[in-house]
Amino acid sequence: MAAATSYVLIETRDPFESAEVDSLFELAGRLGATADVSVYLVENGVMPLRSSSTAAPTIAKLADRVTVLADDFSLRQRAIETNDLASGVTPASIDRLVELITTTGCKAMWH
Amino acid sequence: MTTTTLTLAIMSPPYEAERTTTAFRLMDAALQRGHSLKVFAYEGAVSLSMAEQKPHPNPVKGTSVEEEAHPTTKEWVSELFRCYPDQLEWVNCGLCVDERGATSIDGPHRGGPKDFAAMVLSTDNTLIIPAK
Repeated sequence: MAAATSYVLIETRDPFESAEVDSLFELAGRLGATADVSVYLVENGVMPLRSSSTAAPTIAKLADRVTVLADDFSLRQRAIETNDLASGVTPASIDRLVELITTTGCKAMWH
Repeated sequence: MTTTTLTLAIMSPPYEAERTTTAFRLMDAALQRGHSLKVFAYEGAVSLSMAEQKPHPNPVKGTSVEEEAHPTTKEWVSELFRCYPDQLEWVNCGLCVDERGATSIDGPHRGGPKDFAAMVLSTDNTLIIPAK
């Protein structure tokens, strides 16, 4: 039997920097209706994750449907505390990203 | 833990974008976990292993080469080969190398898009890290 398809979508940009980020979030949400989806936010991709960000509600809504992971190194670089993240977001090391992309059946896309 | 073989395509040149650091973090993490890695460096990324790179002092701050301890990407590539000699293959796009005069350190070898296709077909998964 073929392995179930899962997706990991990697976002490096801030939604205030590129409107394409919203498209990625929309794609992730739609894929999440039928597949296991993880969104790995890294580099400036972690910028909207502060709970006070105007993007936080969008992120929290996405996290209700898919797994949203925040690269811990990128968070530290930007002085974003892990206890100040939007609801549903989980800090993760790059090892977690390796786990995801080495999972059989995983399709990985770097945006 | 099951190990696997990954293809990673990178395009960004060194010293310009944070994704270079992220790509090296990802490579090191995958290799540390025992996975095998095939890297295809395309376009500006062929300069990551360019032999002519030199660390430099900072005349503005008055610091020496040693005090700056400026890392070069060729050293990062070299260290990956030193630490994981049997797990890493690195192909630089030959035409991209010639265009840039980016002669490589030992380790990476020349290739072309056909090699990238072969990597994709022979590995378990592929991640393309695009240039912005």
